[in-house]
Amino acid sequence: MASDTTAPGGIAATPVPADDGTIWGFSRPQRVALVVMLVFLVVAPFSGLYPVFLMKLLCFGLFACAFNLLIGYVGLLSFGHAAYFGMGGYIAGHTAKVMGFSPEIAILLGGASAAVLGAAFGWVAIRRQGIYFAMITLALSQLVYFVCVQAPFTGGEDGIQAIPRGKLFGMFDLSSDLTMYWLVAAVFLIGFLLVHRIVHSPFGMVMKAIKENEPRATSLGYRTDDYKLLAFILSAGLAGVAGATKSLVFGIATLTDVHWSMSGEVVLMTLVGGLGTVFGPLVGAAVIVTMQNYLAEWGAWVTVIQGVIFVACVLAFRRGIVGEIGALLRVKL
Amino acid sequence: MDELFGIPLPLLLGQLLLGLINGAFYAMLSLGLAVIFGLLNVINFTHGAQFMMGAFAAWMLLNWFGINYWFSLILVPIIIGFTGIVLEKLMISRLYKLDHLYGLLLTFGIGLVIEGVFRNEFGSSGLPYRIPPELSGAWDLGFMFMPVYRGWVVVFAAFVCLATWLVIEKTSLGANLRAATENPALVQAFGINVPRMVTLTYGAGVALAALGGVLAAPIYSVNPQMGTNLIIVVFAVVVIGGMGSILGSIITGFGLGIVEGLTKVFWPEASATVIFVIMIIVLLARPAGLFGRTA
Repeated sequence: MASDTTAPGGIAATPVPADDGTIWGFSRPQRVALVVMLVFLVVAPFSGLYPVFLMKLLCFGLFACAFNLLIGYVGLLSFGHAAYFGMGGYIAGHTAKVMGFSPEIAILLGGASAAVLGAAFGWVAIRRQGIYFAMITLALSQLVYFVCVQAPFTGGEDGIQAIPRGKLFGMFDLSSDLTMYWLVAAVFLIGFLLVHRIVHSPFGMVMKAIKENEPRATSLGYRTDDYKLLAFILSAGLAGVAGATKSLVFGIATLTDVHWSMSGEVVLMTLVGGLGTVFGPLVGAAVIVTMQNYLAEWGAWVTVIQGVIFVACVLAFRRGIVGEIGALLRVKL
Repeated sequence: MDELFGIPLPLLLGQLLLGLINGAFYAMLSLGLAVIFGLLNVINFTHGAQFMMGAFAAWMLLNWFGINYWFSLILVPIIIGFTGIVLEKLMISRLYKLDHLYGLLLTFGIGLVIEGVFRNEFGSSGLPYRIPPELSGAWDLGFMFMPVYRGWVVVFAAFVCLATWLVIEKTSLGANLRAATENPALVQAFGINVPRMVTLTYGAGVALAALGGVLAAPIYSVNPQMGTNLIIVVFAVVVIGGMGSILGSIITGFGLGIVEGLTKVFWPEASATVIFVIMIIVLLARPAGLFGRTA
């Protein structure tokens, strides 16, 4: 995607030095945006917005952040991230319901198993690049889908239903939506800051170098495949955490979450918000989830609208919402 | 001899035939993808939707205009191919200077739009398309009954694939095409209109998908999802074969169809996943694909 972001007026054309007034890697405008986001997270449940809707939004926001880690910073387009999202949901659902694990353990196990799956698939997929990488990850996620249709623990077409939310650390009863919301908000914030920390670490610098010019990164002595694989595992693990949290929020884990259309949705969310931006994935997730909620009774037209947004974004709007705002204000958000 | 490895021969041969038919569609679709990718550097994610449009176009021509199967076989690829040309002119051609992944995202979006529109119009349940009377019935081969239409699909698809291969490998038009794949700027310098060639190539690839759709209409029920489910398998087929060779994608397509058919006999539960597993093995052993050249 390098050729796009370096277009005239593009964001990548004006690099922000790492030690120039940044705190924790956040530049001044980003700190303002971060404060806005934190205020939103605290105020939102009291603003009359339905808590379950907010939780769904944050789960998808984290999913999109995880996906953005790959596409935005390493330049790898995974078209099969539903596999990790869905698998995280299934494992969390199974461990919470059948094995009776507490929610924090279930979420961690969901993330860990998605990371293991990501390690296996990433190891296969990074052998090819660009378009092949996208096709391979899509095919691998379809493999996961068919396994989930047949495997006994996923419940096939019915999915895993009535997953208990349980008690966090054995103390806080999560059956209240507001208590659950604080957990989801905390999970989102930890994931969000983790992605930011990864991107601004020395490891993240190498990731970006690979995105800009992989042969050069190789010639500098970096084993780029190892970096790509680790980024893939981290992204898959975070996607798994998002899926696990979502399955606890709704109490179900179904085939919808491992279907290829879910992989398409997370691509769309990140694209709408802005590839490679810090806040874009959350904004994109908010836009798409809100749209799906309000247009739910329109049936298949939602698919059509999503397709149109895809086309519009690719043709005319490649920086996404946050990218466009950033370009307008001449800051990197 | 009516059993082989403890499997009744008719069952084995029946699944083998079904595998060959699926293989015929894999071959035709991966061929179209390979031709388009060669010249446009775009993986045409709309391919599945265009395959589905082909089947629906045949259905509409028959039920709305009374145009029969044989005319559909000629008309539908032209009509759908033309929509492809319009699509390339209006949208896809704007992305050639960008990263190839944008082409993938654009065609994915277009595929969503098409599939959604058809689902609104026709619902998710399938529409029946009658086998043309000339091809109905079955031959008694002694050891099994062979539906005439299925035999026709395999033979006709193989013929179309070979014809495409001949055009690309043995004609001067194909030579220009291959040259433009290698070095478009140089071919343009020789006075060949490369942008027009790119447009027509996309149209031809789409027409191939639509022709597959017409062939599929009497076998599978005509429904909006028929293309998308197929195209993901075809992606795996393309990864296995590698897109470097036209003949390679034909062989890979038919071969994987047969493997899938045999898996249905010996281990039915694995039949949906076998192609993906083969893809993993091929990637580990030969990352460029069976017939691909290392980039």
